[in-house]
Amino acid sequence: MLRSVPAACAAALAALIAIGFLLPEWAMFLTTMAFAKGLVALGLVCLMRAGLVSFGQGLYFCVGAYVSGLMANWTGISDIFLLSVLGILAAGIVAAIFGPLLATYRGIFFAMLTLSLSMILYGTLSKMTVLGGTDGLNVAAPTFLGYAPEGRALGFALYLFTCVVVVVTGGLTRVFFNSEHGLIALAIRDNELRVEYLGASVRTEIAVSYAVAAVLAGIGGVIAGLAIGHVDPEFSYWTTSGEFVFVAILSGYFSIGAVFISSILLELVRSFSNLYFPNTWQLSLGIFLLVVILLLPNGLGSLLSKLKRKERRT
Amino acid sequence: MELLAFILVDGLIYGAWLFIVSVGLTLVFGVLNILNLAHGSLYAIGAYATASAVGAYFALGGDIFPLGSYVAMIAGAALVALVLGPLLERGLLRHFYDRDHVIVVLVTYGVFLILEDVMKLIWGVTPLFVSEPYSLLGNVELGPLFYVTYDFLVIAVAIIVGLAVWFVLNRTRRGKVVLAVIHDREMSQTMGVNVDRVFMVSFMIGVFLAALGGALTAPMISVSPGIGVNVIIIAFAVVIIGGLGSIEGAAIGALFVGIARAASVHLLPEAELFIIYLVMAAVLVFRPEGLFQKVQARKI
Repeated sequence: MLRSVPAACAAALAALIAIGFLLPEWAMFLTTMAFAKGLVALGLVCLMRAGLVSFGQGLYFCVGAYVSGLMANWTGISDIFLLSVLGILAAGIVAAIFGPLLATYRGIFFAMLTLSLSMILYGTLSKMTVLGGTDGLNVAAPTFLGYAPEGRALGFALYLFTCVVVVVTGGLTRVFFNSEHGLIALAIRDNELRVEYLGASVRTEIAVSYAVAAVLAGIGGVIAGLAIGHVDPEFSYWTTSGEFVFVAILSGYFSIGAVFISSILLELVRSFSNLYFPNTWQLSLGIFLLVVILLLPNGLGSLLSKLKRKERRT
Repeated sequence: MELLAFILVDGLIYGAWLFIVSVGLTLVFGVLNILNLAHGSLYAIGAYATASAVGAYFALGGDIFPLGSYVAMIAGAALVALVLGPLLERGLLRHFYDRDHVIVVLVTYGVFLILEDVMKLIWGVTPLFVSEPYSLLGNVELGPLFYVTYDFLVIAVAIIVGLAVWFVLNRTRRGKVVLAVIHDREMSQTMGVNVDRVFMVSFMIGVFLAALGGALTAPMISVSPGIGVNVIIIAFAVVIIGGLGSIEGAAIGALFVGIARAASVHLLPEAELFIIYLVMAAVLVFRPEGLFQKVQARKI
């Protein structure tokens, strides 16, 4: 097993790039989208480690996507790195406003309040004709530090960019999980009151986790908006957020790689059921979800950590 | 002044509808401790079942006695509850009672996805219309405006449903058993209460109330795919505002939201789409547990 985070990241990135050369165009798009959504789910995992589930991560996904769309349309900025930074900033600012407020809530109230925030954004965007209303708006193709690819090259460039983002944020999230903040989050999940007795501020820790989750969802939104080339208020709808929760639950909170694997799995199930059962893809998705919850109580990540434990024993 | 009266009447009508739609959700949460995301789908299925039942009623010569279509509506809702209630609770939800809250929410999300497609398979995607019961009772003149009498029927049904649920829970033996189960599941089991049956019946009543909401709505709208998806969130908002698991809370919450929405329709139409969430966010900020939730001691 790879012990150090940078080594694991480098290996993962090399593998992803190698796979990228083999993938057909549709699979590349699928993976890009799955990774974009996986980033949002990774943010949710951060919150889940503190025992909280947000049913409104679509809020930040949508903020990221709209920032990239509006910036491209209004100011002509199309550089993907700059757009990502702007998306991160926007998501971070929104999270800095709501995070401290939300940090006092737990359980279902946290979930509902986050959900209501995302639905307020949905309602506002749907009514604002300046921003395209319910139709949303088109997003111009991104450029990469002056390089402006088209067609297949664009898809590949986006895929590469997404892989780099995924690997870097994945590595950083691992560092975050192992840091003081990340470990206190786990302790909050187990016993909030005792964490307070020990002198840590539960509210601050939750606000920090929330901000991290928001930033991750923001980048995910930027990538998704640019990959689709179109953004609409649906990004902030509750069913979108529900999917993120599904991916996060599917992966469990033990492994970061599992988040992206689950996200790809979900996209695959969705695309194939869309293809083979065009009228009943929701049905197949729902059954898939129920089966996973029944058979894998702790998510895919628990499978991975079980394997690891076996390896150590032998 | 007149505007205020309109807002009040509209708010009352909308609030009554909201109460019927959301009371089942709060009941299921109160007894089974499940936040049922499929509630909206059950509502939609109730609407579809009603559309079929009323359609069949008139096709079988119900024109002689059109008021009988109301019976058909209730029968449709009851059928949905009798079939889906035990199926979902016994067949599926039962297996998840000892799991995390969020997992159960996700399970009901899966049920929601499945039911959305099942509805399309059964009833197709073309909208159904059953407007007969809506226009049957004529209009009522209130000042310069006409209201459809059916709207007031909705208010009456809401009051009856609310009183009935309150009466059963607080004034009957069976209701007291349910309250005991809510209070302490294990202790009531030790005392000989058949908790499994209480759960199943409570869930069935919850499904019936959802379906009844759909049944009452069916004549007012075109019944088409996707009518359930918005209702879930609205019902959630109402229930959260009132305090989860509280019947009185659901009533107050529904009235609150109903009047807020009516006010926004008359005064600030742009805000109509999200005024409900705004009210919910505002209530949660000041009363984190909802208006009627009792404060619980923190457990170490």
